[in-house]
Amino acid sequence: MIRHTLTLLAAVPALLLGGCEIGTKLTEQQGPRGTAIADVKHASAVKVAAEVPVPPYELTPDMREGERAGEAYENVQVLGGLSVDEFNYMMASITEWVSPADGSVENGGCNYCHNPANMASDEIYTKVVARKMLQMTQTINAKWTPHFNNNYGQSSDNAGVTCWTCHRGKPLPVNNWAAATPDPSTLMGRKYGQDTPLKVTAWSSLPYDSFSSYLSGAENIRVGAVSAYPSQYVSEIPSTEKTYGLMMHMSQSLGVNCTFCHNSQNFGKWTDSRAQRVNAWYGIRMVRDINNNYIAALGDVWPANGKGPYGNRRGPEGDPLKVNCATCHNGLNKPMGGVRMLKDYPALKGAHSMPVMAAAPAAPAPAAEPAPVAPVAAVIEGAKPAA
Amino acid sequence: MVDLVAQPADLALREAGTMAYQNIFTQVQLRGELEPGVPLDGNNDARIGPFGFTYLMGKLGGSQLGPIYLGKLGLASLIFGAISLVIMGMNMAAQVSYDPIQFVRQFFWLALEPPPAKYGFSVIPPLNDGGWWVIAGFFLTASILLWWARTYRRAVELGMGTHVAWAFASAIWLYLVLGFIRPMAMGSWSEAVPFGIFPHLDWTAAFSIRYGNLFYNPFHALSITFLYGSTLLFAMHGATILAVGRYGGEREIEQITDRGTASERAALFWRWTMGFNATMESIHRWAWWFAVLTTLTGGIGILLTGTVVDNWYLWAVEHHFAEQYPATGVIDPATLPGAPQ
Repeated sequence: MIRHTLTLLAAVPALLLGGCEIGTKLTEQQGPRGTAIADVKHASAVKVAAEVPVPPYELTPDMREGERAGEAYENVQVLGGLSVDEFNYMMASITEWVSPADGSVENGGCNYCHNPANMASDEIYTKVVARKMLQMTQTINAKWTPHFNNNYGQSSDNAGVTCWTCHRGKPLPVNNWAAATPDPSTLMGRKYGQDTPLKVTAWSSLPYDSFSSYLSGAENIRVGAVSAYPSQYVSEIPSTEKTYGLMMHMSQSLGVNCTFCHNSQNFGKWTDSRAQRVNAWYGIRMVRDINNNYIAALGDVWPANGKGPYGNRRGPEGDPLKVNCATCHNGLNKPMGGVRMLKDYPALKGAHSMPVMAAAPAAPAPAAEPAPVAPVAAVIEGAKPAA
Repeated sequence: MVDLVAQPADLALREAGTMAYQNIFTQVQLRGELEPGVPLDGNNDARIGPFGFTYLMGKLGGSQLGPIYLGKLGLASLIFGAISLVIMGMNMAAQVSYDPIQFVRQFFWLALEPPPAKYGFSVIPPLNDGGWWVIAGFFLTASILLWWARTYRRAVELGMGTHVAWAFASAIWLYLVLGFIRPMAMGSWSEAVPFGIFPHLDWTAAFSIRYGNLFYNPFHALSITFLYGSTLLFAMHGATILAVGRYGGEREIEQITDRGTASERAALFWRWTMGFNATMESIHRWAWWFAVLTTLTGGIGILLTGTVVDNWYLWAVEHHFAEQYPATGVIDPATLPGAPQ
């Protein structure tokens, strides 16, 4: 009896430790002492640079000479300025990245987008989408460089995205989102947009449709009060919770903690934040650009659910599936462990046939040299809350 | 005192036949006539019970269960409390469309949420948009206040002081600040706390972020000091009394007036180890005030948040007690010319 009791007594602390993660941890201090600004990782879980597809063949400088694809082929709207060789090099790469013909994708290969009888035809909707996505990729790499800019002393050359960054060999990137179904107006099934265990909020009960507010909408993320005393500045606790929900997503998507960007002493304060927060700030705006000006802009090109040849591309509310931080990052603060694929695919850098920008590229983020710093007391973060 | 420490006093006590101390291991549970308690005059309702003896409860405390004094206040409090719990539970059940399995699985996530900001502090928003929260809060508050009155009245009827009631009142103060007084001062129910396990924790985290880090709120700091101080005092006192139990130290109240060897040794222990000792009486005042001040100061800190101070970190900067770290050189990109919005 006593032995059983003792066994039980020993089992209780063991159960309490069940949530602990056993194993060697690597800790890197990244901020002032005592602020917990440190990166803690499992030694066994540290990701090495990921395997990425190799180019179909080496793209030599002389291959980039010669006849242009726009002259050789019909209906080449985005990549028409490439040489025929480079154009085919890109087509082969994109096929492998998005709809490989290895049997893993239904109808994978060229015919996922092209009618083999008329390669120029736009009759398959995926070809129209692919064209928009190429424009998007070029825009990301040309316009949103501040998101990829290395603000901590290393080179940013060839940092950027390719189709692979999101697609990873699948026509539909694994991590995507669509607007949540609105709550019913009656109490039956009414969750107030929260109170649900979901991965997107890191299993908290925080609001789960933050993406609609911040990643396609442009609601204000800056909820902290901007002055010590009550003023005209208004932000409610529920909107703070919604912000919190987005931050949980960012944390999970990048595999980082709050202090990867913030000094938790005062989350909103920029002069105490790490440079990574600047990348994130541009990233949020980049994602809005992607979702609104490229994915949503395709409109009815996206087939209605149940009507498309390749499965559903819209959410329960009929809006197209969109991107968030996890779509590219997949749990790493640098997608694919920082491999810079872009160097092999100059066509995606946006040097050719860039669409006209609505806004000028943003000023480069402050970086290598610290800006002159005012005393902390004087630096009250941006008085006008920017979206 | 020196003599006393040098002698094998426990042996002397045992030989004298005064070894009446019972602990959890040596306890003798008596069985006999059930004890109904003191006679009550006509102002009181009837008691329920006593019900009998239980061996297991006797291991934890008194082995006699009951009598219970329910009375009109207690009955009203239980009814009001039950109504509020049923409202909360039914709202949570409605969240999962009355699916009992999902109710259990998602229970820690479910909530009865307060009204959104658009309704301000209106008396009764639509039921499906926080109205039930207001109603549940009313019944819960009524239940708690009635229970407070009950603790006060029962103490008076027993000829006791009303210390328990006033300590309870301190906790009620914090509860009222969180759910009623501060939302009223802010003019919005949406500032109030949801009824729900995880949702109220999320509210706490969001509250601190919205109002610039509650750790810089000095009343929050005081509240934490008294909270942790309470646990420290509790541990010190409990350990002290158990340690002198073999000399009758558990008879604390008797030893207030008739200071025996247990009291002397306990006092000597603390004077030896920290130079100062509380008395058998004062230690209970220490404990009472620490406990009471935890919620009293906490309530003040919450009430000042958003009403008097909007960002506690910036307030601490202004008052020169926020730690200043070397600036990282990062500036707000939104302030750069041409930045996307």
